[in-house]
Amino acid sequence: MPQAHLRVWRGEEDGAYVEYDVEYEEGMVVLDVVHRLQATQAGDLAVRWNCKAGKCGSCSAEINGSPKLQCMTRMELFEDGETITVAPLKTFPLIRDLVTDVSWNYRVAETMPELKLRAPDADGHRRMMQIDIDREQEFRKCIECYICQDVCHVIRDHPENQEKFAGPRFFVQLANVAMHPLDENPRSATVQHGFGLDYCNITKCCTDVCPEGIHITDNAIIPLKERRVDEHYDPVRALLRKAFGGKSDS
Amino acid sequence: MAEIETHNYDVLVIGAGGAGLRAAVEASALGARTGLVCKSLLGKAHTVMAEGGIAAAMGNVYSEDNWQVHFRDTMRGGKMLNNWRMAQLHAQEAPARVMELEEWGALFDRTEDGRILQRDFGGHRYARLAHVGDRTGLEMIRTLQQHAVHRGLDVYQECTVNRLLKDGDRISGAFGYQRESGRPILFRAKAVILATGGLGKVYAITSNSWEGTGDGHSLAIQAGADMIDMEFVQFHPTGMVWPPSVRGILVTEGVRGDGGTLRNYSGERFMFNYIPTMFAAETADTEAEADAWYEDRSKRRTPDLLPRDEVARAINSEVKAGRGSPHGGVFLDISTRRDAEYIKRRLPSMYHQFMQLAGVDITSEAMEVGPTAHYAMGGVRVDAETAATTVPGLFAAGEVAGGMHGSNRLGGNSLSDLVVFGKRAGEGAAQYALGLTADPAVDAAEVDQRAAAILKPFDGGEENPYTLHRELQDSMQVNVGIIRTEAEMRAALAKIAELRERLGRVQVEGNVQYNPGWHLALDMEHMLTVAETITLAALERKESRGGHTRDDFPGPSEEFGRMNMVVRAGAAGLAVRQEPLPPMPAELMKLFEE
Repeated sequence: MPQAHLRVWRGEEDGAYVEYDVEYEEGMVVLDVVHRLQATQAGDLAVRWNCKAGKCGSCSAEINGSPKLQCMTRMELFEDGETITVAPLKTFPLIRDLVTDVSWNYRVAETMPELKLRAPDADGHRRMMQIDIDREQEFRKCIECYICQDVCHVIRDHPENQEKFAGPRFFVQLANVAMHPLDENPRSATVQHGFGLDYCNITKCCTDVCPEGIHITDNAIIPLKERRVDEHYDPVRALLRKAFGGKSDS
Repeated sequence: MAEIETHNYDVLVIGAGGAGLRAAVEASALGARTGLVCKSLLGKAHTVMAEGGIAAAMGNVYSEDNWQVHFRDTMRGGKMLNNWRMAQLHAQEAPARVMELEEWGALFDRTEDGRILQRDFGGHRYARLAHVGDRTGLEMIRTLQQHAVHRGLDVYQECTVNRLLKDGDRISGAFGYQRESGRPILFRAKAVILATGGLGKVYAITSNSWEGTGDGHSLAIQAGADMIDMEFVQFHPTGMVWPPSVRGILVTEGVRGDGGTLRNYSGERFMFNYIPTMFAAETADTEAEADAWYEDRSKRRTPDLLPRDEVARAINSEVKAGRGSPHGGVFLDISTRRDAEYIKRRLPSMYHQFMQLAGVDITSEAMEVGPTAHYAMGGVRVDAETAATTVPGLFAAGEVAGGMHGSNRLGGNSLSDLVVFGKRAGEGAAQYALGLTADPAVDAAEVDQRAAAILKPFDGGEENPYTLHRELQDSMQVNVGIIRTEAEMRAALAKIAELRERLGRVQVEGNVQYNPGWHLALDMEHMLTVAETITLAALERKESRGGHTRDDFPGPSEEFGRMNMVVRAGAAGLAVRQEPLPPMPAELMKLFEE
């Protein structure tokens, strides 16, 4: 049986990498090897996981420096004898070992606008054409692994920005609300509010790492930015604002 | 007890999958102070893994569909052992619950005219499953989660309930611990809703995540509640079988609903050899007719879409007879009927999952699949209208509740079960809690005793919790799996007794902070209780029916077909008794006379 050489973060902020040799079998993923390590050598090794099939987004970690789902990273990707470093996500406060405190994301989620849907048709159905929801459905593939949040340098390098910047995961959610064909939220609640959108300078780091392949930058962030600009700099609206002192809501 | 973090609620919901979230939303809307506890992070519960869809007779694709047909399909799928009233309410209320999800933001795939599209699934006469590709569970949990966080509920994430607390006969709260800190936590609550999901983790090959350790089943048993139908465990016919590390991961029934066929090693479509009499009239008996059914619904349907228990047993028989695929499963192939574009659009996660984890391109190759422990039909006995258990103040909804699915659940009936009975449990619990005049008391000494007991795995033994768990899983897989015999089940009971004794000497390393070894040691107590309950009920049912097949009693018996197995904990341990099914009213009986 081949042996994996693992280097795993152990402990809290003042912890250290510990090296382990773990046997593995053909077809295994990094999470399998971490589990085997847990069952045989490190019973208290803290790691989050649920589905082991890339559907729940729990087991995000930085593997040899790139944030990935441990359950979807196959051992075949590594050279024989290569040291595999498994570290917790850097952007979030460390709890222990591979587990970080992602509660900031849940606090941001509470600030997101809720959908306000138009009333259904007389027969009780809400009609939406598939073509009009294709992009929405792409947004809704998000498994909340927070890998995009982890790599976004607006917050990775500047934790203080977490106060005013929702991050790529939530721009996707915002786009989901703003582009829903039947949503009736005022723009002040979605696009105009912005949630720190202006901090994003479109480096596409989030898109590159999304395990669901969501085009976060192209399909969510840029259209939101464009709508924001349209709204803000619409000359007719600007004139109306001047003339009547009205709000910029549509 | 003074130092233990304590919270007070009218209604405490344990579990934040589809049922728990829907229950919490309802209880809160009715004015009950509601707390929601979940073992993982919010949004990661097992509901997220549901793939194929949510069954509801909306009639969007076949206008002939209605609740009566759905009810009939559900009862026949459960081999008539279902609680008829639950099956009726489920069929009647599922469409409204689906529309409600849409109102809260769910975006189901659409029909040509813009309504919710519905797909075919095993045992459902008409295309009935509202879906989003093959990630319907994710859509449902995210919708409910986003709705719930705006409803003013308190959510306790990564918090595990270890015991229910009672004041005399009635519920008074729950005791647990917080995973992150390891600290104990006490909830004083007038009513508790169990929505803890399933118990697949007592088996070695399972589609369930680490959470499916039967906590709610066990908590209810400890609290003295009646359990029903515990012998019925659904082995989903199609789990992945290769590579070994993914063995058991679910392959949606939607593959077959959308055109996939099962073949054995020699390429034979073996399902034609396993059509039971009960379904013979409506099942195609030639390949030509089965193939024609995909385009022409006046034809009889393919046997690939027989209910799950039938298909799982057939696959098991083929593999045992030496006609399986190279890695001990059978072949499931959709590439010969559908083009790559269709497959990627309808089954994107299956495409992704096989490509990434097995190196198999399902648009051009067959998958290898085999049965995987998937779902507990059995659970806490509940009142159909209110989801009340036999313990005052204790309610249950979703997989942890029993009765709805009888001896075998149809695919798609789980997601609908979650929201139909989640809502009813929320109502039932809120009404009960708001009607109580005095707060039930929590026994401080009991809480102190529990707080000390959960720390026991840190001192005094030599047993590894991971080893104990693996041994239980292997024993249950072999001895109380798809095919059962009395001798094997007796061996399972002996193994459970041995493991229980060894669990008393379990030793975990490290400290209480986020320690999975410790958590597993505590979960083991629940898993042993649940494994014993399954085995005792299975020993008592001396026939084969649905998700319970006995080599020593092959075939169904009329006598047992009229009985539920009820398990309850007494002074002398767990005891099984037989109880006659509640009689079905004549107007519903008529639906089965055609």
